[in-house]
Amino acid sequence: MSAATPGDDVHASLSGVTRTYPAAAGHPPVAALGPVSLDLKRGEFFAVIGPSGCGKSTLLEVLAGLQAPTSGSVSFEGSAVAGEVPDGIGVVFQEDASFSWLTVWDNAAFGLRRAGLAEAEIRRRVDDVLGFMGLKDFARAFPAQLSGGMRQRVCIARTLVLHPRLILLDEPFGALDAQTRLLMGDELLRLWRRTGATVLLITHALDEAAMLSDRVGAMSARPGRFLDLIATGWPRERDSTIVGEPAFGELTGRLWDNLRGESLKALGLAGMPTGLAAE
Amino acid sequence: MSRVGWIRLGVIAAAVALLEAACRLGLIDHRTVIAPSEMAAALWRLLASGQLNDMMARTFGIIVLAVLLAVVLGFALGLAIHALPRVRAALDPFFATYYAVPIFIFYPVMVAIFGLSVIPILLMGVASAIVAMIIATLNGLDRVPRVLGKVARVHRMGRIETAWRIKLPAAAPHLFTGVKLATSYGFIAVIASEFILAPAGLGRLISDAYTDFNNPRMYALMLLLVVVATVVNMALHALDQRWAERRGIGKP
Repeated sequence: MSAATPGDDVHASLSGVTRTYPAAAGHPPVAALGPVSLDLKRGEFFAVIGPSGCGKSTLLEVLAGLQAPTSGSVSFEGSAVAGEVPDGIGVVFQEDASFSWLTVWDNAAFGLRRAGLAEAEIRRRVDDVLGFMGLKDFARAFPAQLSGGMRQRVCIARTLVLHPRLILLDEPFGALDAQTRLLMGDELLRLWRRTGATVLLITHALDEAAMLSDRVGAMSARPGRFLDLIATGWPRERDSTIVGEPAFGELTGRLWDNLRGESLKALGLAGMPTGLAAE
Repeated sequence: MSRVGWIRLGVIAAAVALLEAACRLGLIDHRTVIAPSEMAAALWRLLASGQLNDMMARTFGIIVLAVLLAVVLGFALGLAIHALPRVRAALDPFFATYYAVPIFIFYPVMVAIFGLSVIPILLMGVASAIVAMIIATLNGLDRVPRVLGKVARVHRMGRIETAWRIKLPAAAPHLFTGVKLATSYGFIAVIASEFILAPAGLGRLISDAYTDFNNPRMYALMLLLVVVATVVNMALHALDQRWAERRGIGKP
């Protein structure tokens, strides 16, 4: 794994992408996303924020190849993404996706064993990733014996061990408390610097997006479109201590300016007086 | 053993002691029930004589085969039905009422078709057990988190590999419930079929002993079946508990 700094070359892109869910069981079709266009630069950390139900997860799944766009195109490393998840993309989901029947070690080794790597190489890579993720002492534990945060780390380790070049994270810390999320954010920054991978993080937490990213995309209420793309300007070597800096407050303030109206729309409270909307 | 386990054992021991006393004191006619100690002694004599070896091999062999067939076919059918929602919707009422129908009424038909052999007994065992396994498979697959399906797609797995590497282990606790039920139903169906009509087997031996008023032999054989069924069930339960605890499911 080699560290890299964000470059100007496009690693993955969405071009005029929309996603409409077809009508089902008496419900009309739902326009969930777009049109959305986005160029992810190689090695950058990009966060997506937006109100609930705005299509953030849909955007991630379309980019991963888990869903086909209704219109527009998706590409990864110059090739069109169609039908299946391309090699080189790793995805971590919000829900606990650890394999409850395998130990932490075997969870991490899962993809490598499928790929048919030599046992010595598997051992080397799994021990390395578990050490990096602070899971070495729990290698023989089963996920049920771990906390929610540690189970999520197991999922990240299982993704990371395959050396993905694009890591997609769908609210991976959504179920964790605020303090744990900040610390997990530090770990995420550490692994991003170490791997040099391009990261796209979906989150509903403004502070998380502001702290972790090189750029933040603020999305509108459904169907989600990018209202603003904000460069954070943080140095590559950063951690959760930046939350105390004045620039951090300005950044989260700007993000909230973008999102407040959209969040009210998503809640069906748009146009109401501030006091009522807040109730 | 836990405190509850000791209490459970105490209740069983007390019931056996009560029956022993009632029989010894003549409160229960020895032509109706014999003392548990006599049952055990008669069983010991039968086992030591080697008379039961062939019959035990035959009956327990049929049970094992019936349960294996029911578990494997039940899982395969459950997997197929789960993948076809319309077929499942059509079959759901059938599954819901399956055990309300006394399927033993079909045993004479089976004997008429296949003759008085192992096959009708085996079929009764499979028929009794398989639906429990299908239902357990469907329940288990319903409970596999959707996100695991996405993980399988991220790993670019096909349908068969997803079923084998993800769905089967994820649904395993529920499948094991199916295995336990299939074992019980298979056991009951095979013994009952042999009891009704069969050329050989432990069920047939019980029937013969009953007809001959040979109480020690009849109760000895009944004791044997109770002990085997209990040991098998306890072993499966212990295995289930161990896996469940390890996976944090904590079955009661």
